[in-house]
Amino acid sequence: MNGRRSFLRGFFAVLLSGGAIEGVLKLFPSKAHAKETARTGKWYGYGVSVDKCIGCARCMDACKNENNVPREPFFVRTWVERYITRKNGQTTVKAIAPGDEAAPEAASDKTILRSFFVPKLCNQCADPPCVQVCPVGATFQTEDGVVLVNEKTCIGCRYCIQACPYGARYLHPVTHTADKCTFCYHRISQGQLPACVEVCPTQSRIFGDLNAAASPMSRFLRMNKIHTLKPGLNTEPKVFYANLDGEVR
Amino acid sequence: MGKLFERFPDPLARLIVVVLAMAALGAFAYFVLIPKSVKDVEMQWADAIKREKARPIKYAGFHVCEECHGEIHNKKKTGYHKDLSCETCHGPAKAHAENPDKTKPVIPTARTFCPQCHAFNPSRPRGFPQINPVAHNPLKPCSSCHNPHDPKPPTTPKECSACHGEIARMKAVSHHVQLECTVCHQAPQQHKVSPRSVKPTKPQAREFCGKCHGKDATDKLAKNAPKVDLGEHGEKYVCWQCHYPHSPEVEQ
Repeated sequence: MNGRRSFLRGFFAVLLSGGAIEGVLKLFPSKAHAKETARTGKWYGYGVSVDKCIGCARCMDACKNENNVPREPFFVRTWVERYITRKNGQTTVKAIAPGDEAAPEAASDKTILRSFFVPKLCNQCADPPCVQVCPVGATFQTEDGVVLVNEKTCIGCRYCIQACPYGARYLHPVTHTADKCTFCYHRISQGQLPACVEVCPTQSRIFGDLNAAASPMSRFLRMNKIHTLKPGLNTEPKVFYANLDGEVR
Repeated sequence: MGKLFERFPDPLARLIVVVLAMAALGAFAYFVLIPKSVKDVEMQWADAIKREKARPIKYAGFHVCEECHGEIHNKKKTGYHKDLSCETCHGPAKAHAENPDKTKPVIPTARTFCPQCHAFNPSRPRGFPQINPVAHNPLKPCSSCHNPHDPKPPTTPKECSACHGEIARMKAVSHHVQLECTVCHQAPQQHKVSPRSVKPTKPQAREFCGKCHGKDATDKLAKNAPKVDLGEHGEKYVCWQCHYPHSPEVEQ
């Protein structure tokens, strides 16, 4: 008799505590839940065809024009890296600067095995590490998946710059706040393309809504072999690369 | 209330009053004095999105230009530059689109502008039209031979390069630039009529390259060609397994 009563008491206690934990979890907006919710509406993504890029740096120039990024070469929202893999297996990476003379020394350099350009920008991660570390909630993800910085509340602590595994952020020297690619949020919210996509002469850069059934973006994802940068970090980047070399990180 | 306080010793009762007063003050400050926009992150984000959306656009987009510049647009849309946005070369033009007389977009004429895309760079994709800006008609502005809205070679490609443009462009920046295609390939006349059924010849043996690159080559083209000993160099392989003849890179 006594055994059954204590069993039932324990049984209901376990049920209740489980419910309580669930309830406590629901009080906090859990990330796990956010990920599972079905995405409706816009969910922006970006495509890069690596083997179309000619390294002309028109995109970097356009980005600086459009977004008032300081002209100094080390402040960039988007940049193009030149990869040089040598015959001894070493790979060197250097970001090119607009107006850079094409490096003719490389044409006669016999130790080069292969060489190519890779455009880079903020990956607008679906699970962004920069948003997690911001101590004041100044950086956040919009409904359509773009990570923005609220420059009114950013205190310029640089945590997010450290946290970004792609090096996509910099501290703006005038506002002293973190700054990064916004997919040209002011343009895309009016149905325009980001400035870099607009000016790319070889259509190496593609932009669109990942939820759209037919768009240049969904066609890009359908027609190419796709990779993302550092997929092992589970940041779920929304910048997709076609024909990416294994050396690119 | 009075009865409740009588239960506590006097110092404790006073302390409770002070603590309650401070809590009330804190609550008043938090709920009344501090405005909601400072406390509510969601509200700040909405503000930030609004600010972000209100930023001025500088690049008008490729649809806008053709409304006024239809003639150039029609010319451009059949040429090699058909996929280029006007603003790729002319710079941001939103201000010009809104007020055409006040601001004019730039017309890049400097000889340094076109090579940003078209200077030879080994990292560029193979077959992309490239030139060596030092050797290619020095000091002449690009537009004196090429119309940027419909860029073509100044003379229509004839013979081989009419069809094999990618190879021709590759060869144009290689060591073999001076060689005619016919030095290595013989194309029967019929190849031009039915290119797939009648094919041009290709060199078959190492000795063919050896005519210029062999140790004791006598061909008149061979004067400055790098020489190897065919007996020792490359073992059993034919030359084009290591050297791409249209862009022959030389091993050390």
